[in-house]
Amino acid sequence: MLRQMLLLSAVATGLPAFALAADEPTVHVQEPHLQGPRELQETTAKAVVQNYLDSWQSMSKALDQNSPELLDRDFVGSAKEKLAATIKEQKIAGVRTVYHDRSHNVQILFYSPEGLSIQLADDVEYDVQLSSGGKSLGTQQVTTRYIVVLTPSEVRWRVRIFQAKAQ
Amino acid sequence: MPKSIEAGSPFSIQSGGSGKGTLYIAGPGQFIKQDVQLGSSIEVASGSLYNAGHYSVWLSSDSSTKTGSIDVVPAQKPADITFIAKPSRLPVAMHNAITGSAYVFDSYGNLITKPMQVSFQLSNAGSAPQTRTAETHNGAAWTQMDSATREGKAQFVARVGDVSSTRIVGQVPGDPCNIKMNAKAAGNKIQLVTDPVRDCSGNAISDGTIVTFTETYGAEKTTVDVPLKKGVASVEIPAHRGATISVASGVVLGNQIRWAQ
Repeated sequence: MLRQMLLLSAVATGLPAFALAADEPTVHVQEPHLQGPRELQETTAKAVVQNYLDSWQSMSKALDQNSPELLDRDFVGSAKEKLAATIKEQKIAGVRTVYHDRSHNVQILFYSPEGLSIQLADDVEYDVQLSSGGKSLGTQQVTTRYIVVLTPSEVRWRVRIFQAKAQ
Repeated sequence: MPKSIEAGSPFSIQSGGSGKGTLYIAGPGQFIKQDVQLGSSIEVASGSLYNAGHYSVWLSSDSSTKTGSIDVVPAQKPADITFIAKPSRLPVAMHNAITGSAYVFDSYGNLITKPMQVSFQLSNAGSAPQTRTAETHNGAAWTQMDSATREGKAQFVARVGDVSSTRIVGQVPGDPCNIKMNAKAAGNKIQLVTDPVRDCSGNAISDGTIVTFTETYGAEKTTVDVPLKKGVASVEIPAHRGATISVASGVVLGNQIRWAQ
C-alpha cells in the first residue's frame, strides 16, 4: 500500500521520472517492517524515502566533483564527516569517483519511539568509476545492502548513518 | 584479497606481475591510495581501513588494471552508545510513558549491526529500579518504562558491554487527586483554606498550581483563582448567608460548602 501510495503521489512530485529516464535508478519501496511502538505516517515515510534518494544524488555529485559542501543539504553527523574525509583523501590523491545508482529496494525498519530517528535498509545496485589524473581506471558494478539512519532537520530528513552491510 | 575484514584490521593482497603499481581502495566511507611493488604481497596496515562498508579495489600498473572488492565489517566490541530518552520531564505514575532508544557503535564509529543485548535501567531514589533488556536490530534497540509513583529525578541508563550512557528524567507530581477546603468566619468575610493538595500517589502538588474558589449567592457568582503556596491555597471572600462555595483545580472538583452563618 505504501509503495502504491508513493508511486501515486510521485505522479505529482516527479518521482516516476527517476524510474522512467534511462539514467535514473529504479526504485522499489517495500512496506515498512517496523520495530518500535511509534506509528509511521505515510507522509513521513514518503518524505524519508524521497530525502534518502536525494542524498544519493548529492553524494554522487560531491564525490565526483570532490566538493564536500554538496553534502550539506542531505548529510549530517558521522555520515557527513566520513564522506567529507573521503573527498579530502580523493583530492589529495588526485582522483575522482563517480557513483551511479541503478536501483534501490528500500524498506523502513525502525522509527524510534521519540520520533528523532528513522532507520531503513536499501538493497542497492550501483556503478562506481574511478579516475586518476583524468584517466578512467574502470567501472565496477556493486550490489550491496545499506543500513541508513536519518534524523529530522528544519525542512527535511538528513542522513546521519550511511553504512554498507556485508552480505 | 580477503572478502571481508574487521574494521581496522591489517590485510594483504597477493599481486602478480612486476614493477611498480598503485593500489586504490574506494568507497563512500573511505579512500586509500597506496604505491605498491607488484609481484609480492601488498600489505595494508592495521588501522588503515576502518570505516565499515563496501569498497571497490583497483590495482593498476602501466600495463594493466586488476579489480576486486572488500567488505569492512564493524569491530565486535561496542565502544559507544547513542542514547535518547524522552521526555525529560513528566508526571508520576504514567504507564510506558518514558521511552529510550539506543544505537551501538564500535571504536571507529561504525554501527554494530550484529545483534547485541542492551540493558536499560530506570532508577528512582527509594524504589526498586525498572530493568529491561532489548536486542539490537541493525544496531538499534528501544524500550519503554513507567514513571515512578514518587516525584524526583530518575537516572535512565542504557548499557551494552562495558559502555553506558545516562540520562536524567524529572518526574513531577500528577494532577490533584482530591481537594478539601475548610471555611471559617473572619469578620464579615469567609476565610477558605485547603488541606495540602496532593496527587493520587501522595506527592505534594507544585506551588503555583492554580486552585479556583467559586462562591454562588443567588444570581451572583464570584470566582477567585489562587496559586498554591506551601502546598495549600487560601483566600478570603465576602460572607453571604446561604452562599454555596466550591473549589476546583484543573479537572478535579473538591468539596462544596454551604455558608449558614
